[in-house]
Amino acid sequence: MKLTLRIWRQRGPRDNGGLVDYQVEISSDASFLEMLDVLNERLTGEGEEPVAFDHDCREGICGMCSLVIDGTPHGPEKATTTCQLHMRKFADGDTITVEPWRAKAFPVVKDLVVDRSAFDRIIQAGGYITAPTGAAPEAHSVPVPKPDADFAFQAAECIGCGACVAACPNGSAMLFTAAKITHLGLLPQGQPERYSRVADMLETHDELGFGGCTNTGECTLACPKEIPQDVIGRLNKDLLRAAKKGR
Amino acid sequence: MSETLYSSGDPIADSTAPAGPIADRWTTRKFEARLVNPANKRKKKIIIIGTGLAGGAAGATLGEQGYHVIQFCFQDSPRRAHSIAAQGGINAAKNYRNDGDSVHRLFYDTVKGGDYRSRESNVHRLAEISTQIIDQCVAQGVPFAREYGGLLDNRSFGGTQVSRTFYARGQTGQQLLLGAYQALLRQVDTGTVELHARHEMLDLIVADGVARGVVVRDLISGEIKSYTADAVVLASGGYSNVYFLSTNAMGSNVTASWRAHKHGAYFANPCFTQIHPTCIPVSGEHQSKLTLMSESLRNDGRVWVPERVGDQRAPGDIPEDERDYYLERIYPAFGNLVPRDIASRAAKNVCDEGRGVGPGGLGVYLDFADAIARLGLDAVEAKYGNLFTMYERITGEDPYERPMRIYPAVHYTMGGLWVDYDLRSTIPGLFVIGEANFSDHGANRLGASALMQGLADGYFVLPTTIGDYLASGLAGEVPDVAVAEAEHRVTSMIDRLLSINGDRTVDSFHRELGHIMWEYCGMERTEEGLRKALDLIPALRAEFWERVTVPGSGADLNQSLERAGRVADFLELAELMVIDALHRTESAGGHFRAESRTEDGEARRDDQNFSYVAAWEWTGAGEPPTLHREALNFEYVHPATRSYK
Repeated sequence: MKLTLRIWRQRGPRDNGGLVDYQVEISSDASFLEMLDVLNERLTGEGEEPVAFDHDCREGICGMCSLVIDGTPHGPEKATTTCQLHMRKFADGDTITVEPWRAKAFPVVKDLVVDRSAFDRIIQAGGYITAPTGAAPEAHSVPVPKPDADFAFQAAECIGCGACVAACPNGSAMLFTAAKITHLGLLPQGQPERYSRVADMLETHDELGFGGCTNTGECTLACPKEIPQDVIGRLNKDLLRAAKKGR
Repeated sequence: MSETLYSSGDPIADSTAPAGPIADRWTTRKFEARLVNPANKRKKKIIIIGTGLAGGAAGATLGEQGYHVIQFCFQDSPRRAHSIAAQGGINAAKNYRNDGDSVHRLFYDTVKGGDYRSRESNVHRLAEISTQIIDQCVAQGVPFAREYGGLLDNRSFGGTQVSRTFYARGQTGQQLLLGAYQALLRQVDTGTVELHARHEMLDLIVADGVARGVVVRDLISGEIKSYTADAVVLASGGYSNVYFLSTNAMGSNVTASWRAHKHGAYFANPCFTQIHPTCIPVSGEHQSKLTLMSESLRNDGRVWVPERVGDQRAPGDIPEDERDYYLERIYPAFGNLVPRDIASRAAKNVCDEGRGVGPGGLGVYLDFADAIARLGLDAVEAKYGNLFTMYERITGEDPYERPMRIYPAVHYTMGGLWVDYDLRSTIPGLFVIGEANFSDHGANRLGASALMQGLADGYFVLPTTIGDYLASGLAGEVPDVAVAEAEHRVTSMIDRLLSINGDRTVDSFHRELGHIMWEYCGMERTEEGLRKALDLIPALRAEFWERVTVPGSGADLNQSLERAGRVADFLELAELMVIDALHRTESAGGHFRAESRTEDGEARRDDQNFSYVAAWEWTGAGEPPTLHREALNFEYVHPATRSYK
């Protein structure tokens, strides 16, 4: 199939970027990233710098791939990362616009690559259970009711890709933060730090320049792992209790 | 084989494993290991390369112990390490099912499953620690699957007869890695771990024969920086990407290990590669990687190909009596559930006969029609729905309607840098953990044991053994000249890559190398093929240094430059893999030497001549490497033939 790609090119964080058009011919069996590989091979051969983009596992789990495709993070297919999106979902002759994640807290590094280290900073602020190595109690000494375990698991599936931020009109990372708070807050092991965790993570979230949540729900729609918006409700409840407890 | 390809050096031995009853060895070693005074720990610097299960766990643990850890990963976040993609599960000898499991049985199964090419002491330690790993991960909040009573669930996996595998849906690796990552970031917050994402190790700093630091490239700014420390730990993963197409992440590479190898770290059993039988086949020239379909599919799917060579009919048009359910035919007792190496080789054989299906004829059918008829569509969907969706997404074919197509692919490397029981390489001060070392699994890794090894090394083994090393109070200042030399090697290699300005892309070389490796050093090897590869690889390497083109500069994010350095190292490693495969004239585990087979065509191991670890020493570019043999002794699990007929 023949396509026109309008790709965001930006040499570095301080440069002004812009959309550049490229023509490609590609098999409909190729994945979206393989299509970019083919384009890059051609550009390299022609002595041009290839388009920089982030990717690694290409199995939909590492969370490294990004790309806003025709205005939607990870493209048009529901619950699918960019690396798992295939060209057969497009039509011959299509023009496809490809841009980086756009959010104040995710500065562009180059072309389609953005800096998502702010996510690590949020986790660093409390997104863990303090469990020293080597002295853990026998695993069966702490039973977890299955419904809690299942919901915790659903929240824990977040791959930290940042699509929720890119989709949010406020550039909020509330879905990401709430997913972690839900995962850990549902488990008995996570109770002792439950309220300090939510307060600390939220404080860091705001400091890093992520916007507030106004429940537009764009995050859940863009999430390739379909993390439910319910997790944000849990976060808000825990935050309220944290405030009452003075953490 | 002609001795000019390599020379034989002195035997090598693992001198750190304690003697005595096997069940006491690790306890003995832990007690004998010297301790570092807590006040001195913060003065001791440890560099860790990689943040996967092994590296992440090690960084978290050493930071918590109070050491000053400096850690690097090439991804944008430590959470992206490829351990995240592991699907199946992690083994532990908890015996929660009361089905006769024990530490000894896990040890026994692993030595046997490794086709007697692992060390007994190491494997026993791994089995012992397995139970602690589960406790540790549960305490961290890893959401393993649970039963209605709230207790942990188990399943049997990879052909074992006991249910010892703990899992978190099909995303066990993800959840275990996130546990380690969160523990690591907790240490970053407390200031014990200094973390550098988007940095790649490009050389080792060695002073007076001791590993004392690394040279890294900041992948964003291009800056070359040096870090020194009291010890260096490589947790940089495996090298399956030497085959270009593999199930590894695109960035997985051998560079950190290979550059350490060139400083004197021996590379052990490089040709030991695990081939996984159930991957989605290649669909075309554009293909960049292969995707694994969980092995659990073989519990219900039936594998077949058309009986007639060149049969181009759609699968539904081929009547029952013109199909060859070859696994059921050849291995009636095990059928479709034969081990990975057997299933892989059988698929290759039928495709080599011209009976493969799909584009290029490199595929076999995995058919669920019988399972759907027997269990109903809903039951099949409940069991495998997510895998079916993934398959549909990648191939555009509906596996409920049409059999899946699968083909073997390279999945995991069991060779790696040689380490002793303490995880020390042959360079003092350099430790190697996880998939980057060679140690525990031998020739044919069983399912659900790689996650176990990564976490055992990182959380439990290294934190004991590195303390013993650091307690000797060695390190002084690192001489400037050692740092300058290492930096010079890095900058001159980068300058050279950028200045060739040839007419071929890095990827085109990588693809060609991968093709050679798969063809001649893949799951079936012959003397003739391996010799051919030894002609092709050096020629390709020479061409690389003449004709490669790397656009852009070294002063910013340059993904072509990153790949060029990695491919340069793969081009050297590949030759060593072929030499290793050529010298090992036996079939072991997944490595089938066509000349070494039984009368009915099965793999024939040669314990008489090859019951050893092949540890290779670098002797210089283009020079024949030196082979050091480490004899393997079996006191507890006596080598026997594996048979599935």
